Amino acid sequence: MFKKTILSACMALGIAATGYAAEHGEGNVEDIAFSFEGVFGKYDQAQLQRGLQVYTEVCSNCHGLNLVAYRTLGDEGGVGLPEDQVKAYAAQHEVYDPEKDDMRPAIPSDKFGDSQYDGAPDLSLMAKARKGFEGPYGLALNPLFRGVGGPEYIVAILNGYTGEEKEQAGTVLYENTAFPGGWIAMPPPLSDELVEFEPAAPNDQKSLSEDVASFLMWTAEPKLVQRKKAGLVAVIFLTFLAVMLYLTNKKLWAKAKRKD
Amino acid sequence: MSGIPHDHYEPKSGFEKWLHKRLPIVGLAYDTLMIPTPKNLNWMWIWGIVLAFTLVLQIVTGIILAMHYTPNVNMAFQSVEHIMRDVNYGWLLRYTHANGATLFFIAVYVHIFRGLYYGSYKSPREVTWIIGMLIYLAMMATGFLGYVLPWGQMSFWGATVITGLFGAIPGIGESIQHWLLGGPSVDNATLNRFFSLHYLLPFVIVALVALHIWAFHTTGNSNPTGVEVRRGSKEEAEKDTLPFWPYFVIKDLYALAVVLIVFAAIVGFMPNFFGEPDNYKMANPLQTPPHIVPEWYYLPFYAILRAFTADVLVVKFAGFITGGIIDAKFFGVIAMFGAIFVMALVPWLDTSKVRSGRYRPAFRFFFWLLAFDFMFLMWLGSRPAEEPYASMALYGAFYWFAYFLVILPLLGLFEKPKTPPETIEADFDSHYPPKPAE
Repeated sequence: MFKKTILSACMALGIAATGYAAEHGEGNVEDIAFSFEGVFGKYDQAQLQRGLQVYTEVCSNCHGLNLVAYRTLGDEGGVGLPEDQVKAYAAQHEVYDPEKDDMRPAIPSDKFGDSQYDGAPDLSLMAKARKGFEGPYGLALNPLFRGVGGPEYIVAILNGYTGEEKEQAGTVLYENTAFPGGWIAMPPPLSDELVEFEPAAPNDQKSLSEDVASFLMWTAEPKLVQRKKAGLVAVIFLTFLAVMLYLTNKKLWAKAKRKD
Repeated sequence: MSGIPHDHYEPKSGFEKWLHKRLPIVGLAYDTLMIPTPKNLNWMWIWGIVLAFTLVLQIVTGIILAMHYTPNVNMAFQSVEHIMRDVNYGWLLRYTHANGATLFFIAVYVHIFRGLYYGSYKSPREVTWIIGMLIYLAMMATGFLGYVLPWGQMSFWGATVITGLFGAIPGIGESIQHWLLGGPSVDNATLNRFFSLHYLLPFVIVALVALHIWAFHTTGNSNPTGVEVRRGSKEEAEKDTLPFWPYFVIKDLYALAVVLIVFAAIVGFMPNFFGEPDNYKMANPLQTPPHIVPEWYYLPFYAILRAFTADVLVVKFAGFITGGIIDAKFFGVIAMFGAIFVMALVPWLDTSKVRSGRYRPAFRFFFWLLAFDFMFLMWLGSRPAEEPYASMALYGAFYWFAYFLVILPLLGLFEKPKTPPETIEADFDSHYPPKPAE
């Protein structure tokens, strides 16, 4: 019954039946062994710092991070910049100050700004707002074993350009194998050696995309390391509690079950 | 409180006697905790405690989340991210609360299907069952209201679709929908009232849970044999039962701890598995997501809702005899609520004299088919509304209604059940044989 309304809405947006593109086009999103995956997963601090650099030099020309404060760049378990570097990084950017009604250099408590273009979505939560893995057949086994796959999706988009272009309603669209519908408005943003790292690190397109995907996972889930740690402690503690209660229960029921 | 004879609270000290004359609250707590409980209860009887725990967990985490949340269309999404990023352990509270809903529904579904299998709904426990169904409905409403609060894409469009169901009621539907939304579409007024009601309903659930417990403490628990506890004398009753405290409290706590290990692992390691990535995008009334899916716990009924399209024969027939008043959309809504309604009526639809499915081989086949049907419909609800899923959903919906309306009434008349044991004690002794006399 909602099929009609949904379909017509999709048609209007020119993205008809894209919801299942990712699922039907199996294999477009490749599983990547990120350091933050798994029970003991942690962010790779050096990788996040490289990702921050890729974001700053490339992505931030269009995309914003309006939920992320500069001060969090200093947080432990994340990018982990020293305080002076956080201040220096913030000061490179300008923010609008409503009190002065003018722009001023940013301070750590300010947030990364909005996107420069309306068409460029904010990236703060992008790594959680997309899924790389679905199915098979709606059974959710792939996300169960591989994770939801947001960072993998970002890597796939950044490396999914075929080189084909087309113009549609005055906009140039680029063919991308990972994008639902196959055509994306974002021009290919990365290329080999686009960013130079200090100290030197691999800067081919694939490495750059993985670095920035890790960074965006951190912007989306800055408390991931704390969460996994808390989860592990909780599981260990509850296992201990369960064993104690099991033994208590066994002893308690022994007489009734004539096992004493 | 229960009809099973047992020791009651006797106030001893002067103060206890003084208080007991004025407010017998200690006696109430004592009788509630010491209720004689069938000693043969199996592990399917632990879900009530899991549910009670989860209700408290949701209320406690919810109240703290409400301290940091802002129900305004311009601030709600950001306030949730503020909780996730800036509030101390805010991420833990929110992930616990969001996944707590999943735990709640897993537990309630096992609890309901346990009741269906062992015939717990049958006389004299019909009222317990009906109150349970009301709790389930209130849970569904609460879950839906809560899902709107983060003001993501799926929040907004889910709210649009679900309130649209009320809009399908002929004649007055549109007015009802406007009244629910506080305007012509989902907007700030909607978010505000949903927040208010999301805070209210859990306390309605608490009250219903108290009635639920009161009701089954009056009739006594059901048990896997379906045989009633002997009530002739205290000595006789004690052969069939053990007091709830400490025997079942410890047993249930053990089970709860095991359940919580899995829950902690989900919150800690895969908190977004049950979520929808689209809900990490802020609500945008101008952009319909390509695929609107409800949370997993609504999917079976969502599948039934969508199964009845305009080309289905019963829908055409209903439209014909009502002169077009019942269209496909309204028929779907009736079917969805009807699917829960027939479940609520099961105490009167099941004609079998034997209570427990354990002694009804034919019933067991149809029961497991129903359990499969439920999972099947859940899966179909997540699929797009197209063939072959649409036809499959129709068969699934058909079986759901057939089970309650045709199979259960007839089965009781035709099947040949096995003989249940004479007493609960006999069942227990067959598992744990008494030692030979010394």
